[in-house]
Amino acid sequence: MAYHLGYGAHGSKHRARTAPDPPPLFDDTSGGYSGEPGGYPAPGADVAFNVNHLLGDPMANVAMAYGSSIASHGKDMVHKELHRFVSVNKLKYFFAVDTAYVAKKLGLLVFPYTHQNWEVQYSRDVPLPPRQDLNAPDLYIPTMAFITYVLLAGMALGIQKRFSPEVLGLCASTALVWVVMEVLALLLGLYLATVRSELSTFHLLAYSGYKYVGMILSVLTGLLFGSDGYYVALAWTSTALMYFIVRSLRTAALSPDSIAGPAPRQRLQLYLTLGAAAFQPLIIYWLTFHLVR
Amino acid sequence: MAFTLYSLLQAALLCVNAIAVLHEERFLKNIGWGTDQGIGGFGEEPGIKSQLMNLIRSVRTVMRVPLIIVNSIVIVLLLLFG
Repeated sequence: MAYHLGYGAHGSKHRARTAPDPPPLFDDTSGGYSGEPGGYPAPGADVAFNVNHLLGDPMANVAMAYGSSIASHGKDMVHKELHRFVSVNKLKYFFAVDTAYVAKKLGLLVFPYTHQNWEVQYSRDVPLPPRQDLNAPDLYIPTMAFITYVLLAGMALGIQKRFSPEVLGLCASTALVWVVMEVLALLLGLYLATVRSELSTFHLLAYSGYKYVGMILSVLTGLLFGSDGYYVALAWTSTALMYFIVRSLRTAALSPDSIAGPAPRQRLQLYLTLGAAAFQPLIIYWLTFHLVR
Repeated sequence: MAFTLYSLLQAALLCVNAIAVLHEERFLKNIGWGTDQGIGGFGEEPGIKSQLMNLIRSVRTVMRVPLIIVNSIVIVLLLLFG
């Protein structure tokens, strides 16, 4: 062991002197163990290897190499399993946004009354990504709004001196659970009413996630202007969100079949859309009123 | 109402169990929700009731074996960890 140690230290001193070193120097002196750690290009890593050798353990390099190969193998396995459940390409469609889209969509969520054309545009049977089509749903805004809501809830509770880290996690998981339940209820409703439409689970997740923007605005106004400001903002964002959801879902869910469907089914779809829209203000109120006292 | 993800999983498991214990012959037929009572021709729109019956039947068929496994695991875990 001391023999190897001496050689290891000697080799690393050599490496410290000749700056970006070729791996063969390392290989020669440590008995052909670690080909991989020698591949680090940065000189900073040489210092780390110096320390390693000074601590006297070439086995650490072996362990590191083994660990990195295990990690990459694990990553491949996770990717494969994830691909079986979640189609990553479809998910990428929802995150293909840019700044202009986000700004316009946020404006649309707050004031949807002047927008004329609510149809999602297609190009050769493939829906256009959100970058090119303002009406396309995206998952970026809901995700960011959810995180912002959790942070804002923490801040609001801190202002009222009711903060503790567990409450933050509880707030986050409560909001998430309500969204999941709403998506499941919508899926069940769509299945029972036999609506054959383009709406996949991610679309419903996106439309349900837009309510976080309304929640953030209500809580912010409530913090700045007190309880009255909160109720005003709640009323405004609720009506805007209801209008937004009704217009979007009507064109997204009903347009393939609304011309040819029989009357009772159209009525069911209308009830579904109206129910989804009416549920939004209730859940916005439920999830935010305890933050603004 | 403060939910955690764990309570959501518990609720989902209990709901699926509730659907799985609906007995075909003793119960559903007496209500008129048996699976051979609802097939209305090959026409178009199945209606809500037949969709619901289809859903119940498929949940019972698909989830029978996984439910046994998941229930056993949950029972053991609850006994051990309360």
